[in-house]
Amino acid sequence: MYVAVKGGERAIDNAHAWLAEERRGDPALPLMSVAQIREQMALAVNRVMAEGSLYDPDLAALAIRQARGDLIEAVFLIRAYRTTLPRIGASRPVDTGAMAVDRRISATFKDLPGGQVLGPTFDYTHRLLDFADQAAIDPAPLAAPDTAPVPHVTAILDRDGLIEPVPHDDTPAPDLTREPLELPACRALRLQALARADEGFTLALAYSTQRGYGRTHAFVGELRIGRVPVEMDVPELGFAIEIGEIELTECETVNQFKGSRTEPAQFTRGYGLVMGQSERKAIAVSLVDRALRWQELGEDFTGAPAQDAEFVLSHCDNIQATGFLEHIKLPHYVDFQAELELVRRLRAEAQEAQP
Amino acid sequence: MSASALPQRRDWLSILAKSAPERLAALLPDLPAHEWLRAPETGTVMVQGRISATGAPFNIGEMTVTRCALRLPCGTEGHGHVQGRSHAHATRAAALDALMQTDPTAHAPLIETLRLEAQSAREARAARAAATRVEFFTLQRGED
Repeated sequence: MYVAVKGGERAIDNAHAWLAEERRGDPALPLMSVAQIREQMALAVNRVMAEGSLYDPDLAALAIRQARGDLIEAVFLIRAYRTTLPRIGASRPVDTGAMAVDRRISATFKDLPGGQVLGPTFDYTHRLLDFADQAAIDPAPLAAPDTAPVPHVTAILDRDGLIEPVPHDDTPAPDLTREPLELPACRALRLQALARADEGFTLALAYSTQRGYGRTHAFVGELRIGRVPVEMDVPELGFAIEIGEIELTECETVNQFKGSRTEPAQFTRGYGLVMGQSERKAIAVSLVDRALRWQELGEDFTGAPAQDAEFVLSHCDNIQATGFLEHIKLPHYVDFQAELELVRRLRAEAQEAQP
Repeated sequence: MSASALPQRRDWLSILAKSAPERLAALLPDLPAHEWLRAPETGTVMVQGRISATGAPFNIGEMTVTRCALRLPCGTEGHGHVQGRSHAHATRAAALDALMQTDPTAHAPLIETLRLEAQSAREARAARAAATRVEFFTLQRGED
């Protein structure tokens, strides 16, 4: 148990003053601007937005600078700031089918309507450190944009009945930020928790399913990254307007099929949708989402961590996790005194009992 | 400009919401006289997606939005809902909403400028994306 203690104010003030100095680093070097972080550390900014669960690139960039690049600390700052803002409302569900795609690839179909678009990817780079000055870059080549629609790959399988259908449904979404998480959690709640889950934890869980702990035989049916408009109904106006545009990464997996004597075999689905350009996270979410669906799909529970909703949902939030983990470094003097007394007494008793 | 060529209210409000605050300030440096119906306020909107893109809604996370409402001396009300935290941005959006209702022909060119700039930014990204489209070709097998 943590017990409040007094004292140490001067030490704390001085520690924070030193922290400010360390954060600034060598004063001979220019201070990084928030805009520089937003533009040149965009994937760190995206991660902080996704896990902070607040889309605002400038805020995320500011948090990263304040946190000295500690992304979990930055997420913490964003979560804390978020609680100071009133909730204006909820958007209409975004239409990812109408996304202006920067990237769209499929590992299941080579030729597909809309094509395979690589986008600004690290894939196929050699992962060699480049010591050259990156100040001057060649402009990226341009090509005539294709204005044809880019349908979801799973819609192609769905058309032929080869994958489980996902009928349109307007059940209101439960909100993790308004009501405490209760188990069993529905898929909408799980996807919200995973969208803001720690990337490392989600990656490790997803990897565990690939290695056999709740295997689901996933193919990336489609991965798409791009911008979608966000629409909201405004009661004062009496109609919906676009209130902004956000970047999203969406992954749909095509998984092991199921079938029976009465039902023909069909592929199943996993889904991940994450703020920003965050494809490792989106793929990981879709694998974990699929593993968590074992009961709904009539599969066996093998005891794999990724199948255990309580385990996944109780440990995926890095702010909850770091809060509880790090609190043990705070003063526990009274607790410890009690334990110390107990150990001393046990030792004394043991000594007396000896002949 | 014919009446049919003028944008609809939902269109201009959407264009204003997504515009860059600095750009809008450059295009409309001076605000008309106005009184507040609701002073600018920054809050969040919960963004929703759908399970597997077509199923039930779920929450992805929030985004920052700033809103306000004002009235011009002539009595016209303007509403501003913009992405981000800029009060000046929301104020200009609301002012333009009111101005577009009172004198659309005078202010439609500003909206059109923003629309074209957004369109060209979108096309610039689409052109870069198009250049990364994979064109497959089938390799000739050697043993035949």
